[in-house]
Amino acid sequence: MHTGMQSPRGVWWKPAHGSEKVWFGLAFGWSMVLFAMMPLWHWKGGQNPSGIRGKVDPAAYRARVEEFIAAYQVGMDGGFPIVEPPPGSDIYMMGQMWNWTPVLKLRKGVEYTLHLSSVDVNHGFALYPINVNFQVVPGYDYALRITPSEAGDFRVMCNEFCGIGHHMMLGRIIVVDEDGEVPGDVAASQDAGVSGEGVASAEPAGDGAGPAGGAAVAGKMAADGAGRRGQEATSGAAVRDHAAAPGAEVSR
Amino acid sequence: MRWIHRVCPVTGLKIDRQADLLIRAHGVAATVALLIGGIAAVLVLLTRWQAVHLLDAVWFYRILTVHGLTMLIFFILFFEMAVLYFTGPVLLNSRVPAPRVGWAAFALMVAGAVLAEWMMWTGRADVLLSSYVPLRAHPLYYLGIILFAVGALIVTFQFFASLVVAKRERTYEGSVPLITFGAATAAIIAVITLGHGAGIYIPTFLWSLGLMDVDPQIYRMVWWALGHASQQVNVAAMVSVWYLLGALTVGSVVLNEKISRTAFVLYILFISLASAHHLLVDPGFGPAWKVVNTSYFMYMAVLASMLHGFTVPAGVEVGQRLRGYTQGLFGWIRRAPWGDPGFSSLVLSVVVFGFVGGITGVTIGTEQINMIVHNTLRVPGHFHATVVSGTAMAFMGLTYYLIPLIFRKKIAFWPLAKWQPYLFAGGMLFFSIFMSFAGGFAVPRRHWDITFSNAPFDLQFSPAVDLVMGVMAVGGLVAAVGGALYILITVWSVFFGEPIREGELSNAHVRPAAGAGESATAVA
Repeated sequence: MHTGMQSPRGVWWKPAHGSEKVWFGLAFGWSMVLFAMMPLWHWKGGQNPSGIRGKVDPAAYRARVEEFIAAYQVGMDGGFPIVEPPPGSDIYMMGQMWNWTPVLKLRKGVEYTLHLSSVDVNHGFALYPINVNFQVVPGYDYALRITPSEAGDFRVMCNEFCGIGHHMMLGRIIVVDEDGEVPGDVAASQDAGVSGEGVASAEPAGDGAGPAGGAAVAGKMAADGAGRRGQEATSGAAVRDHAAAPGAEVSR
Repeated sequence: MRWIHRVCPVTGLKIDRQADLLIRAHGVAATVALLIGGIAAVLVLLTRWQAVHLLDAVWFYRILTVHGLTMLIFFILFFEMAVLYFTGPVLLNSRVPAPRVGWAAFALMVAGAVLAEWMMWTGRADVLLSSYVPLRAHPLYYLGIILFAVGALIVTFQFFASLVVAKRERTYEGSVPLITFGAATAAIIAVITLGHGAGIYIPTFLWSLGLMDVDPQIYRMVWWALGHASQQVNVAAMVSVWYLLGALTVGSVVLNEKISRTAFVLYILFISLASAHHLLVDPGFGPAWKVVNTSYFMYMAVLASMLHGFTVPAGVEVGQRLRGYTQGLFGWIRRAPWGDPGFSSLVLSVVVFGFVGGITGVTIGTEQINMIVHNTLRVPGHFHATVVSGTAMAFMGLTYYLIPLIFRKKIAFWPLAKWQPYLFAGGMLFFSIFMSFAGGFAVPRRHWDITFSNAPFDLQFSPAVDLVMGVMAVGGLVAAVGGALYILITVWSVFFGEPIREGELSNAHVRPAAGAGESATAVA
């Protein structure tokens, strides 16, 4: 018996004690479970952060966003254009110091392809109160297939440090239901503890907001992405499809 | 070269004069960094605690940058360099191969650190630790980090050279001790890490001078091969210190060299690419790349930590039983030297690192969960449990032995020293857990004002967030008191402490109030 400060003499490659073997077996087995679950849940779970990815020149992305705003703007809110794009279309959110442009007005239960990019530094897309987070990197277009599952008034925080105005960077996404109504302000309803048909039914609102609620909605939001695994797997092809769409400035 | 050394009366090791001095220098530098980073920590904490909200936005981001770089890079690496000089030349009864090179490297590290601090405090590097391109700092900031890293790399190679010298001069028989082996794995990972550091900071330095372009996504990939792999240096060094503290405090034994050494090797093999978990919600990489790197490459490193998490406590148990504490199943725990800060640091470090840091880390490193934790407070909640109450706690515990053995001073304020680890780790435990809870409510990290008072829209977090972050702040302040006590005790001991006279260094003087568990250092 010796301590770790002493040099072992001779051959120290000896069989381990039974208890150590049992522990090694348990630990190795558990590691293998984790190892198997990662690809398995990617394949089966349908909650993946993977989207359609491509490179995009920041100036071109800005031009595309401006074109998008000009085409579908329906109003102004807090100095930002409100844009209501047609169902199924490519929609854009541009991170820049220090705002998310534009305010999006989406329809519940309708699929969109949400493009995220930055025109200056790294930003972080953090959807509140659902708590879904994506890194937004200048020069890269991160396109996510989303289907808003609940109507409500959502916020987009920036959660990547982007300079001195970082904490003021807050965007907005409004989701209207089938009747074109918003069932009350998310932040306000949460504050008052109201829970009903709105986002609260997806759990994240109110004091129960937590990882589980976020995961459930993230699952819903990304569920469609899982149905399009083929597209994810061949993101290159998908991006080229987008490039072919009129006005899209996505390039490889 | 003339080799001046003394023989340590407790361990019987020959301590090379140059190793002795280099360990002191790096230890002092580490403590200065800890003091600066600790003051920054309190300022950051009192700002994030919205009820106090101390600093303005400019100074908050500036001090947060200082806190990150000073703690995670300067404090940790200075201490690790001291550990390398201890586990190489000292534990092998050998000498520092090239003392002058060692001092040059130390000077380089100090110069780099001072340069980077100067840039940060004068507001020319408000880019936070990760300094994601194209956020731009002053070129001298990047240069400072490069100089520091080059110095650290030289010390690492000095360590490898000391292994060669010791082998050639036959200063030990058999294989190197397990602790030296563990430190060698830390050093190897450090070379990988610092290589990535050069690979990203040199281009970024040139970019800041306008000489080349750096792609923001490539930057994130290579930077994290530095940023996360360096944490694996910390883990390997920390686990080595666990074995060392076990040996020094209770004479804990190595149950099986094969298992412990294989676990160390797993760290080397499986860690670099595991840093991909920082990029799980990045646009630049496909799902296959993300899944492979964060499952295959991560879980084998997790396995290594789980093995050490068994062998270290088991070694303590066997060591205790060998010393006669054989009563019942748990007699060895009851009779352990809980009043010895070295021992309590070891236990607290193992427990908090493993149960809080390890479990949160494995959880948030999965593809799906990462989507709901990325850049929320759950991330710093995780790494404060690993790197602060894990690594820093273990290093603090080791200091209570380095001061009598290397500085040959008695520990001042011994009654306070007995409490220091409990305060520090206990506070950090609350801090980490409640910070993670706040992250569960989607509260972002690195954020000055979560009331969004100047934002174009309103956002109100759940009222529970106020409570959770209040508990977090109190935990953090308790930990800060623990950290301040550590600095007070170590600085006072080293500079104003009572010297240990020749022949006086018996265990009673190393730890005057150790009582029940008398030191087992003589075992070593």
